[in-house]
Order: sequence, then C-alpha cells, then structure tokens
Amino acid sequence: MIEVIYALSLRQLKHYWRSKARLIGTLGQPMLFLIAFGFGFGPMYSKVSGGANYIDFLAPGIVTMGILFTAVFSGLEVIWDRQFGFLKETLVAPISRTEIMVGKTFGGATIAIIQGLIILSLTYILGFRIPSISSLVIGLMFMFLIAIFFTGIGLTIASQMKDMQGFQMILNFLIMPIFFLSGALFPLQNLPPVIYFISRIDPLTYGVDGLRGAITGISTFGVSNDLALIGSLSVIICLIGAVLFSKMEA
Amino acid sequence: MKNILSVQSLIKKFDDFTAVKEISFNVETGSIFAFLGPNGAGKSTTIKMLTTVLKPTSGDIVINGFNVLEEQDKARASFGIVFQDPSLDDELTAYENVVYHAVVYKVPKKERAERIQKALEIVGLWDRREDYVKNYSGGMKRRLEIARALVHYPKILFLDEPTVGLDPQTRNSIWNHIKDLNEKRNMTIFLTTHYMEEAEAIADQIAIIDHGKIIESGTVEEIKRKTETESLEEAFLKLTGRNIRDDNGTSRQRIMRGMGRIK
Repeated sequence: MIEVIYALSLRQLKHYWRSKARLIGTLGQPMLFLIAFGFGFGPMYSKVSGGANYIDFLAPGIVTMGILFTAVFSGLEVIWDRQFGFLKETLVAPISRTEIMVGKTFGGATIAIIQGLIILSLTYILGFRIPSISSLVIGLMFMFLIAIFFTGIGLTIASQMKDMQGFQMILNFLIMPIFFLSGALFPLQNLPPVIYFISRIDPLTYGVDGLRGAITGISTFGVSNDLALIGSLSVIICLIGAVLFSKMEA
Repeated sequence: MKNILSVQSLIKKFDDFTAVKEISFNVETGSIFAFLGPNGAGKSTTIKMLTTVLKPTSGDIVINGFNVLEEQDKARASFGIVFQDPSLDDELTAYENVVYHAVVYKVPKKERAERIQKALEIVGLWDRREDYVKNYSGGMKRRLEIARALVHYPKILFLDEPTVGLDPQTRNSIWNHIKDLNEKRNMTIFLTTHYMEEAEAIADQIAIIDHGKIIESGTVEEIKRKTETESLEEAFLKLTGRNIRDDNGTSRQRIMRGMGRIK
C-alpha cells in the first residue's frame, strides 16, 4: 500500500521536477499577482484600513493561489494520462482504486505544498514576515489541507472527463471564481448580497481565512473553525474521488 | 489446470449497439491463441473485458482460476497485457517505466532489480534503459511494453496487435521473443493481429470473430479444411467476406458513443 502510493507520487514529482517550463509557469502567475496587486492596491488598502500593510493581507492569499492552481492541475495529469494511454497501465494493475486515488492525491498535494512554500519564501523578499515558528506550523497545516482538498477536486473532476478542453472550462468557470471570491485578494466585507453569499459557500474562503489567521493573525471565522471545516471537506472529497475512481474505465 | 482462460456467454452492449454478442471460448494453458477478425469486429472490446478495463454487460470470464469480475486483483496479477495503443510514460526513462510496473504489481523488492534486468535483456533494451521513452522508436516502445508486461511473471500474456506499424525485422524479433516465452516459460499467449501469415505461423488455436460473434475456431489445419482453402488468409476472407469494412470507429469512439458523448 505505502509503496504503491510512493511510486505514484514519485512519478508525479519527477514530472514536476523535469518540466522546468511548468515549474516556472506556475510560479510566474502568483508572483505577477503579488507584485501587481501588492504595489497597485497597497497604498489604497493602507489608506482605507487606517495604516495596515496590504502585503500582510495579500501574501497568504497568493500562497493559497499557488497551491490551488498546482493542486487542481494534478487532475489535468490524469486526463493527460488517459489521452496518452498510460492510465490503462495503472488501471489494469492489481491495486485498489482507493490506492490510486490516495497515491495521486498525495503526489499532487506534495507538489502543491512545495509550490506554496516557494511562494511563501518569495514573499519574504517583499517584506512579509511570519511572527513565530508555531504560526508557521499551523500555517503549514492549512497549506496541506488546501492542497489535499483541491487535488481531490481536480482528480474527482478528471475521473469524469475525457479531454483537456473540458478541463479548461472547469478551470475558467469553477476554479477562477473560487479563487477570486475567496478573499485571497480583497477583504470580504461590505459586498453585494450575491457575492457575499457565494464567498461564504466557497470552500477556499475558509482555507484562505485559516492560513491568514495562522500566519498573520487576521481571521474572520476563527482559525479552529476554518481548520475543522476544510479538514472535513478534504475527507469528504477524497471519499467521493475514491468512489468515482472505482467506476472509472480506461 | 487445463484452461488458463475460459469465457462464457460474454456480451457487451453500448446503448443501441451490441459490440460482443454472447461469445464463449476456452484457451488451453501453454498454448498460443490467435483471436482474429476484421476491423470493428469486437476484438479489442473483448480484450478490454478480459483484462478488466471494460465491464461486460453479462457473461463470465475466468483467468487462472479467478473470476475476473469477483476476484479482480487476483485475475489482474495473473495476466500481462500489451495494449493496441501505446501505454508508456514518455517523460520517464525506460527503466523507470518498468520499475513503476514492478511496484504496482507488487513484485517482491528483493527480486525486482534482477527481474527487470532479465526482462529488458530479453527484448534487447538493457543498454538503453536510461533513455527517456520519448526518444525511443516505435519498435523499441513495443519491445519495452512487452518487457514491462513480463516483470510480474504473468501466466497469460495478452497482445493486442503487437506488431502493427513495425518493420519486418522488428516484427520478426518480437515474434521470436514471444515464441521463446511460450516455449521456455510455458506462458500462454493470447494475441490479435491483422497479419494472417503471422497468425498462421505461430498460433496453436485460432478463433475468428466477426460482427461480435465467433464464426469459426480450431487449429489452422482445421479451419483450412472446413473452409476448403489453402491458407489462413484465404480462409479468413472466405469467412468474413471481401468487402472493406466500415471500421466502426476505434473502440474509444465507440465507448464515447456508448456514453452519449458523440453521435
């Protein structure tokens, strides 16, 4: 069991490490957001909030962004495997579908966390500081859960899809809104009722809030509530994914 | 065990289209069994059901004494398969591809290195093991897939058109490997091919499928005698007609049609 999960994860890590274009591409976007938004909205945020630093607010959001997109892209790899035939090799092996789901989730989440940590260290250059080791540890817990949850989402969707084009649509109409309305970029206060409602059913809202609470101390819902919610959602999505994987045909 | 593979009343329906219509056959342990038929006859759909990739609508499949539907993982561990379309990871080296296979097939760790080396040597790829698969030629990829399928010591090896698109040298060498495996390891071989001379030269038993039904089976001699023809190719044409088939599409298209994705 452990070895199978390790083999599946290792394969994903090798792909990640060997594709330098992907590595740089997935880092470039969050960095662009961090710099553009950080410098663009920084002065305005400061004025409105009465002197608070926007980078402190934005940094956890951008770390989350890196994790979110990397995690969801693990699903794309399954569709890739399906189109290039490799998925069959895994599906005819004498291993349970749950092992496949767990292995792929673990691999995808590991890559996503690495990505998140790289971004976190880059925010240091822009002046973002984490107050203590213990807040970093709690922050890592959130990063882990966000990674697991969205890798699970990506894999669950991918198990039901046959081509890349469909995945692109999911990205534009599901993942983008999830990101923009999660409070990663701006505070979720004084919003129109519809947007407010969507932001409250957006799972990432609680991931961002928890991570921000852990590493900066600014939290709307309370870190332990966030932890409980995103934790249980991760478990649920992995179970759904395992069921859908078990019905998958190559 | 006399029959390594036994198929009873196997049916596969995709919505309005029945790809496989209640076929039954047995494959003897240690034999080379050729499963022949024109494009779109139901060969690949059948192989997919035998190898647990597709679920049959109804019917029973027993491989190495394990019911494929009930004891899936035991059945899976008993066979090796080389699919019609490539199924290698191009972004890994040849060696990494085979290691991945050895791990997911739970080959004991102690034996892994030795078995992998042996399998790669059989197909003559040991010296190229550190190359990325994307730099391999078509024939090398095919040989690598065969090597990979051998690492977990399958009792029966499924080969779905293993020599399609390859030059005569490579085809020849692949058939030699296959024959060797059959003779030296008593490995049962189940193959499909469109090259009738190849089937005639290598197969002990033959079944010809058309429109989802087995229309003839037996040894090469029996089939030639029954159809009063001189070669397997003539027999095949006599049985299945000379009209060029509308390939019902690749099986992938058919599955998608079955799922209502395309018309």
